Amino acid sequence: MQIIFFLLAATALISGIMVVVQVNPVRSALFLVLNFFALAGIYLLANAQFIAAIQIIVYAGAIMVLFLFVIMLLNLREPEEGGAHRHLGQKIFGASLAAAVVALVIYKVFRMIAPPGKPLTPEFGTTEMVAKSLFTDYLLPFEMTSILLLVAVVGAVILARSKVN
Amino acid sequence: MEIPITYYLILSSALFAIGVLGVLIRRNAIIIFMCIEMMLNAVNLSLIAFSDLHRSIDGQMLVFFVMVVAAAEVAVGLALIYVIFRNRGNVYVDELNIMKW
Repeated sequence: MQIIFFLLAATALISGIMVVVQVNPVRSALFLVLNFFALAGIYLLANAQFIAAIQIIVYAGAIMVLFLFVIMLLNLREPEEGGAHRHLGQKIFGASLAAAVVALVIYKVFRMIAPPGKPLTPEFGTTEMVAKSLFTDYLLPFEMTSILLLVAVVGAVILARSKVN
Repeated sequence: MEIPITYYLILSSALFAIGVLGVLIRRNAIIIFMCIEMMLNAVNLSLIAFSDLHRSIDGQMLVFFVMVVAAAEVAVGLALIYVIFRNRGNVYVDELNIMKW
């Protein structure tokens, strides 16, 4: 089980780094799709079956397709010429700061005392349990997300509208 | 075999740091947006790891709502990027400085 976790974690980390490093935005988007699939596998390992399925359907299947459509519409080329380039020193400084943050987290996390584990019931993380919680305890946020999605769709349509003659 | 919580948290922080690095380094607005999505996913991973640790469904519920909000944000953000591209011809964030004093 831990071998699978390390494989998926390595896939997620390497594809994440490739998202940042790639010049072509289409390749960046495809590496991000690979990242989302690896994360969905890790969610499965963490007893989150419903969230893993939703991750693939919503993130990799809808959001990234929207990204790719926009990249196609914008018809982006490779960057032609200057403007303000990021200097190599800035990139190295940024990467070392990121590594320092991760090192700090690793240091603190290994000094953490985890609470004793609770028993795992077979219906933890399944769709039934998420649905029970979603429609009883989290009913108000659920209804508000429907309004939020409506507002987002209306806003996106109005923003991208051509000028009215 | 249980995976210890520390592995999840280290992976989550590493993905978050990679996302922040991408937001700071890249000039293309779409790739910056993709790195923001990667940061959101890193936080989702952390939430699910803690939900598994405490055997509480609340972490997964929060992940659900984070995904919904991220979807709405992507729709509006990409519409904005499209409008910027239509007005300027490119989406480099270095050149978006008309509000600079």
